Order: sequence, then structure tokens, then C-alpha cells
Amino acid sequence: MQFGIFTVGDVTVDPTTGRLPSERDRIKAMTTIALKAEEVGLDVFATGEHHNPPFVPSSPTTMLGWIAARTERLLLSTSTTLITTNDPVKIAEDYAMLQHLADGRVDLMMGRGNTGPVYPWFGQDIRNGIPLAIENYDLLHRLWREDVVDWKGKFRTPLQSFTSTPRPLDGVPPFVWHGSIRSPEIAEQAAYYGDGFFANHIFWPKEHTQRMVGLYRQRWAHYGHGTPEQAIVGLGGQVFMRRNSQDAVREFRPYFDNAPVYGHGPSLEDFTRETPLTVGSPQQVIDRTLGFREYVGDYQRQLFLMDHAGLPLKTVLEQLDLLGEEVVPVLRKEFDSMRPAHVPEAPTHASLLAAREAGTTTEEEKR
Amino acid sequence: MTRRTLVVVSAGLGQPSSTRLLADQLAAAARGELAGRGADVDLRPVDLREHAHDVVNHLLTGFAPAALRETLDAVAAADGLIAVTPIFNASYNGLFKSFFDVVDRDALAGTPVLLGATGGTARHSLALEHAVRPMFTYLRAVTLPTAVFAAPEDWAGDDGDSPLRARIRRAAAELAEQVDRRPPATGPVDPFALTTDFADLLAGRAPS
Repeated sequence: MQFGIFTVGDVTVDPTTGRLPSERDRIKAMTTIALKAEEVGLDVFATGEHHNPPFVPSSPTTMLGWIAARTERLLLSTSTTLITTNDPVKIAEDYAMLQHLADGRVDLMMGRGNTGPVYPWFGQDIRNGIPLAIENYDLLHRLWREDVVDWKGKFRTPLQSFTSTPRPLDGVPPFVWHGSIRSPEIAEQAAYYGDGFFANHIFWPKEHTQRMVGLYRQRWAHYGHGTPEQAIVGLGGQVFMRRNSQDAVREFRPYFDNAPVYGHGPSLEDFTRETPLTVGSPQQVIDRTLGFREYVGDYQRQLFLMDHAGLPLKTVLEQLDLLGEEVVPVLRKEFDSMRPAHVPEAPTHASLLAAREAGTTTEEEKR
Repeated sequence: MTRRTLVVVSAGLGQPSSTRLLADQLAAAARGELAGRGADVDLRPVDLREHAHDVVNHLLTGFAPAALRETLDAVAAADGLIAVTPIFNASYNGLFKSFFDVVDRDALAGTPVLLGATGGTARHSLALEHAVRPMFTYLRAVTLPTAVFAAPEDWAGDDGDSPLRARIRRAAAELAEQVDRRPPATGPVDPFALTTDFADLLAGRAPS
């Protein structure tokens, strides 16, 4: 099972000090956090993509390329790549380039973006969110699998005899996850292609995740990729830890109360009950996280949100120490011991390459 | 006997509340009318005051806490709705509006709705027509012709045949007739149900 962190990349005032980090501070903090993730033994670092303040990560492959050059094992991913407003041709090229530079340590998570005004800045319209996600990804999927593409669709200019360069590393496209909170069409899309499905699983009740993952698993089997429990599922999560749970609650409360998205609304206690947020001791985080499989089944990737709402870098790095040293080793062991043998790990470049060389690539994967 | 569910929403803020009192009288009259038509009626009173924090939290976080979720599902599954608000600043109060702002889209489409309001003076009575009714029209609910406004003087009338009592009976009869001519409500739409498949999505065909 893979463990890692995902970041939104928000620039938010620290409510306890009133300090607003500069964009440079925040960008550098994100890369420091990524390097720390590898240092403490995590598997994945994923960055969001945003094109509006107060967010900084508008150029994910620039950031991930920098991180790739300074890490050895860390898998670089996104949370999410905007499949609606990015040109799929540019996604194909950017991430294939990154794949070469990072020696295959790359995958992506597709998302739509939920901010209406952003779409027209890139020539699109949020009312076409689902159709854009469907058409653009279908093109991207072909660009990574066919050397020469002739293509015509609704949302971009046609392509004639187009070759996306560089070609994917070893001819193996990056593995793709599709992220969605509550759009069944996206679970359907992930199932159709035999791609991974990632449930946001933060800020929302677990029932959303349970329903979406259930649908994805059922449709994955419908499209012939295997049994429902063999589908590739990732979950988000949000935690704040101190050795004593009271200290965690006391320290996190001002960040919670003033956070973007949910701040000034429900109490920390209500939100902890209603959503997967866990604030407490490492053992409480372990117990809660192990409980996720009870409603989604055995899954392959767990990413935690650790660095939002104005938490200072020093605190986030302390959180990563606790996560890497005390939480993840236990989770890894426990999840592995509970997972049946026929449930696969998340695909990686190495496993996809090995599968192809062994001739076990399915028809769907070739498609 | 057919089972019918009426959800009775009251946005009164006081306790006791004259808005809740009007809602209860409308509900009792509607139950009587429906019983006369052979229906067994479940009344489900909803005091929005009890959901005030949850309604605001839903507006801020985008999801309903469990207790509010249950109420929203009940509204979506109701055979009829009785909605009563105090009139503030010539319109429904903020709590009433905020609650209906978080009711699921399409939840009230085709649902018969009996409108009621209370106010400090009869001069507010047309707020039902210029503010409350248009909101339910937007939600594609079927509002009944008789909306019931109760001013302080209305509570002073005789028990049996005050003008307020007559309006309540007329409105309740209209609600019962509209509920009676419909099949029992089927419950909330499942937002996670897949209504399309990938072939249609790829072909750009709209979900059915």
C-alpha cells in the first residue's frame, strides 16, 4: 500500500500569529515538505493545480521536476491535474517529459476544478465540466498510446498526424487516477479505462466516499478489469497529531476555526464526527485510518492533507515526522496483513513495465 | 388506507411560537381532510430553529450534518409540504430562506405546498404572494391558491368560524385534494446513482 501527502498549496494567514507567507515562502515550503516526505519514508507527494489566488501551484510539472531532481524514491503525483481547462496535448507532453526526468516516478490524478471563473481564463465553460473531462481524457489516453494521432472533437482544434513528444518512458504511460467528490460520471470514467479512482475523503462525510467507491468497483468489474475488490482505490484524509490528543486539539483549533472551506462553520468536534478529519494522538490516527477499509474495502493509496489553513512549515514538518515514524509503519503492516492476496498494489512504472514484458497487459490497458 | 406524509416546516423563532401554532392548525386541518379521503397521514413537524446551526454549516461546508440530512430527505420524500414563516422586513425570515436554499435541487418539484405566514400586522399579508410564493414557484412546487396569513387579531376570533379558521379549512382542503390526486411520493433522488454509461458520455449524449 502507498502512503503519502497531498497539498492544495493555499497561501493562508497563520491565525495564531497573523503572519501571511509570501508566495515564495509557500512554494519553497511545499518543496521542503516534499523532500521531507521522502526522508520520513512516505511513498507519494501530490500537488494541487490552481490558477487563482490564494493558491500558488499553477505549474505542477515545474515543481515536480524540481522535486524529482532531489529525491530518489518518492512518487510524484497531482491532486488534481485539471483535465477540463488544460489542453490534453500539453498534459501528454508535460507529464511524459517529467516521467523521463523522474525515471518513471510519476502518476497523475485527473480532476475538473470547481471554480467557475477559472474556466473562461482557459477558453472553457464550467457548464461543460463533465464533457470536457471525458473528451480531453480520451484524447490524452490516445496520445500516450498511439505514436501518430488523427483526432477531432468538440473542444479543441483537430489533430492531423500528431505525435506527442517525448513518448512515454519505455512506452508505458503514467498511471492515472480520477478524482471526484460526488460525480458518478467520473467513477464511471475511471472504471471504463481501468484507471484508479481517488475519493477526496476530506471535508465531506464518509458516505460520499463509500457510495462513489462502491459505484467505481461495480463498474470496474462491469468493464472486465477484474473483480470489484481488485479495483484501484485511493483515499484522502486529514489529520493533526500531537503525542497527547488534548494538545493536538488545543493547537489545531485556531487553524480549524479560521480555515478556508470549513472555517467559521461547524465546531472541530462536529466536523471530526461528520468527516474523516482526525485530530489527536498518533494512535487515534492509526485507529481511524484503519477503519476506512471497513467502508471502502481494501485500497491501494492513502494520502494525507497536512499543510493547509496557515499551519507553519515547522509544524508541518513535525507532523510529517510523526506520520512517517509512528503512523505509517503501523498502517503499512496492518493494511498489508489484512489485504487478500488477489487484491493488487497500485500500479507503478516498474509494475506496468514488468506486466507488459510478461505479456499480461490486458486488452483494456492496450486500448 | 393510503399512507401519506406531510412535512410541516415552521420558521418561528420564539418558543412558544405563533408561527408554529399556525403550522399546527394547518397540519391538523390537512390531516382531517386527508383522513376524510381515506388516507392515513403521518405529520412530520420541523422547527427550523432546531436546525439553525446545521443550516448555516451546510451553507458553509456544502454538506448537511446528519440530523439536517434526515430532515432534507423527509422534505424530498413528502407527499405534501406545509411551510410557515414569520414575515420579517416584508418577506420570509432569513432562517426560512436559508433552509430552502439547502433543500436539494428538484426535491420539491411537483410537490403540493401550502403556504402560511404570521406577522405583527395584517398589512404584511401580501408578502405571501410577492415573496413566499415566487420562491416555491422557482422550486417548481405546486403552491395552493389559498395561502394563510395570521395577524394578531386573527387569534382573537371565535374557535369555530373565525375568518382565519375558514381560510385554514379552505387551504387544507386544497392541499388534501392535490395530495390525493397524486401517487404516493417516491422519496429523495439518489445523487450517487449513475444515470448514464460511458458510451453515452463519450458520445456527448446527455444523461436520461
